[in-house]
Amino acid sequence: MTLQDTGLAAYNFAYLDEQTKRMIRRAILKAIAIPGYQVPFASREMPMPYGWGTGGVQVTASIIGPEDVLKVIDQGSDDTTNAVSIRKFFEKTAGVETTTRTGEATVIQTRHRIPEAPLKEGQVLVYQVPIPEPLRFLEPRETETRKMHALEEYGLMHVKLYEDIARNGHIATTYAYPVKVEGRYVMDPSPTPKFDNPKMDNCAALQLFGAGREKRIYAIPPYTSVVSLDFEDHPFEVNRFEQPCALCGAEGVYLDEMILDDKGGRMFCCSDTDFCEERRGEAESVSASNGEIV
Amino acid sequence: MLATGTAVDGGFSNQVLDAQIGFAALMNALSRPGTLQSPGIHVVPPSPLSAMTAIVALTLCDADTVVWLDETVNTSAVRDWLAFHTGTAITAEKELAQFAILDAVRSVADLQGFAAGSQEYPDRSTSIILQVAGFSSAQKFQLSGPGIKEVVSFAPEGLPEGFPDFWAANRALFPRGVDLIFTSKDQLAALPRTTRIDEKLGGHDVRSR
Amino acid sequence: MYVAVKGGEKAIDNAHRLLADRRRGDPEISELSLDQISGQLSLAVDRVMSEGSLYDRELAALAIKQARGDLIEAIFLVRAYRTTLPRFGYSEPIDTGDMKLERRISATYKDLPGGQMLGPTFDYTHRLLDPALAGETVPDAPERRFEEAPEKPMRVSDILAGEGLIEPDGDPSGRDPADITRTPLEFPLERETRLQALSRGDEGFLLALGYSTQRGYARNHPFVGEIRIGEVEVEFEAPELGGASVLGRVQITECQMVNQFKGSAKAPPQFTRSYGLVFGQSERKAMSMALCDRALRAGELGEDRVAAAQDEEFVISHSDNVQATGFVEHLKLPHYVDFQAELELVRKMRAEHAHRAENMQEAAE
Repeated sequence: MTLQDTGLAAYNFAYLDEQTKRMIRRAILKAIAIPGYQVPFASREMPMPYGWGTGGVQVTASIIGPEDVLKVIDQGSDDTTNAVSIRKFFEKTAGVETTTRTGEATVIQTRHRIPEAPLKEGQVLVYQVPIPEPLRFLEPRETETRKMHALEEYGLMHVKLYEDIARNGHIATTYAYPVKVEGRYVMDPSPTPKFDNPKMDNCAALQLFGAGREKRIYAIPPYTSVVSLDFEDHPFEVNRFEQPCALCGAEGVYLDEMILDDKGGRMFCCSDTDFCEERRGEAESVSASNGEIV
Repeated sequence: MLATGTAVDGGFSNQVLDAQIGFAALMNALSRPGTLQSPGIHVVPPSPLSAMTAIVALTLCDADTVVWLDETVNTSAVRDWLAFHTGTAITAEKELAQFAILDAVRSVADLQGFAAGSQEYPDRSTSIILQVAGFSSAQKFQLSGPGIKEVVSFAPEGLPEGFPDFWAANRALFPRGVDLIFTSKDQLAALPRTTRIDEKLGGHDVRSR
Repeated sequence: MYVAVKGGEKAIDNAHRLLADRRRGDPEISELSLDQISGQLSLAVDRVMSEGSLYDRELAALAIKQARGDLIEAIFLVRAYRTTLPRFGYSEPIDTGDMKLERRISATYKDLPGGQMLGPTFDYTHRLLDPALAGETVPDAPERRFEEAPEKPMRVSDILAGEGLIEPDGDPSGRDPADITRTPLEFPLERETRLQALSRGDEGFLLALGYSTQRGYARNHPFVGEIRIGEVEVEFEAPELGGASVLGRVQITECQMVNQFKGSAKAPPQFTRSYGLVFGQSERKAMSMALCDRALRAGELGEDRVAAAQDEEFVISHSDNVQATGFVEHLKLPHYVDFQAELELVRKMRAEHAHRAENMQEAAE
């Protein structure tokens, strides 16, 4: 072996070798057939660290083709450093077209958010997942949690949520809020805020979840029932923001809190930067056609 | 019938891109049950393996997989071709197969006996690739379940008597069960274990859950 | 007006340029060569090969240079390269009984066939900083024994086995070996799978766990039966070449520990084995691995599991430093979306708390 072999030229389309892709593809098909079940797969070391999206990157690399248009977001934004890094990785290794527009993308890789604009048929949303096991913080052992899923024994999860209610008056889980998929598997939606949970239900797009370090892939096919766990007397509810986005005026969207100065000045604006920019673009063109100056 | 020459001919012309197209068709087929997919790839496998079956095998099989072949498909030409192009192992045990390729299904018994996975590992099940003449049967199924917005009509040809009951029994095993991939000459479709089938009777939908 | 932060791409490029600059250090000082790293920081190279699971001194030296001497980063670089290599098959099991020894010691016998051979060890050096090493040095030529003494001393474990005092060794024949790089772990693990994971596990983590067993958290009364360091041949069976052919030689460290065992319902009183094997020269790692191996055999030997070192899921799930460092360091990534959700909740709960306190105050008045 010579060191020259280590150059990028020696790597395959979308980085992964074909055997690895086949292994991941087989896992993805099983995941689609068993919605919410975590399929073990022989995750590879990727050229970015574990915990930084290696699961999502492996899934994306296995599904993407030259015709695809890729969008990568982190915390809702296309411009955060890790989103930039992953987008560049695919530009370099797969030569695919990339976009920031949700509507134009065929594959969207995300960390911690679901876009505000409704997803369409034919799109695939790929989630980066740190801890795929929703029961992990209640039971650290894989041997035990596997049994619990097998027996559909989810009492522990309900007990935990109910303890929250007893102590705080409401469920204190605000992100990675557990869901039940198609009435069978309890699933971790990845650390998206629970605000995004309702978007997963009956979604037109295919949702794939990749956990690289934990070596699991799972999926929600399009038009599949995804229900956030709750209780009759304490129904699931999403957080509401009191004010609209300070930039585009959108309501009913997830907002980031920006600290403006050291005197307590702050503003709230869209976490989904593309959604916000498109709305502002529309507003500008409307005002422009009205001959107004913005 | 196409002359196929030797075992080394007729595979993917572009290993990487053809496999991606083949996979995209399979992913769409399983996430949208009953919809017909037409991956436009040219492969020439030995008869009686259909081109579409060959695309599925080339896309998914390699030295890490175990494939079962039914009597019709289990010819030395097919075995050699699969061995050369995929490196897959062939088994005579239905239970051990990750993939099964079936051509002529006379009765539902032919579809039985494959691995359904375990309650702990329901993914350790057989994916059955079933060659059919086409998707224009007079007997139409109404499909519902994950991946289907309302209902989808699905009409694979030449299914054995009692197929809906076989499928209902398979579905009752959930999360265990087999998944079915149907291949015609130039199209493929799939039924994941989650899909419900209702037979369309006299223009009325009979749906049962 | 606030504009969402842009320019991440430019910032990343600049950061990487700065990294390259800092890596190089003062350009007035000559640059490290890979030969220098491989030859003079050879134990660092050994560790990177071992935990990187790739025996290639040149690549390991490159990784160390590229990582500015951060060995976990270097291990990561090697792993990320290794995973892209095609797998042609599995070598034949190496025969450590046939090792070309450079060091071989036993703590269980004063003298034994083949004798004790100290080799290049830090043991018995006085840890006094040596100012002479700050300059260039020409060490005295060492006396080499293995050149003229190529005999193959018998293993200590074989001496015990001859008397039937130690449990039989595992049987390596038959099936293909497990491969943790190709198959996701499924707990509980076979011992061979566990040993693979331990061999690429983090030296510091295994050291601490091994140490914990000595301090009473799953004490297992270990004796160093034998430690061997030296080179072994790696053979590959290629039917088309008409049998096994030698691919080359690798340096390894093997540690066989012998543990007192009172016996249990499952096994008679006898000595039990525990095992450590790593690339290159690293006794610390091989010994720590053996201590952990023994602790993890608790279930198999019918012992109570009472301590962390005996807990297979705990030990193996957390022994990989590439996984561990990635996940710990990912906390640096932005988490403001999740944090926002928590902020809202804490504000709401504080408001409720204040409201309750007010009500109580009113009720009291």
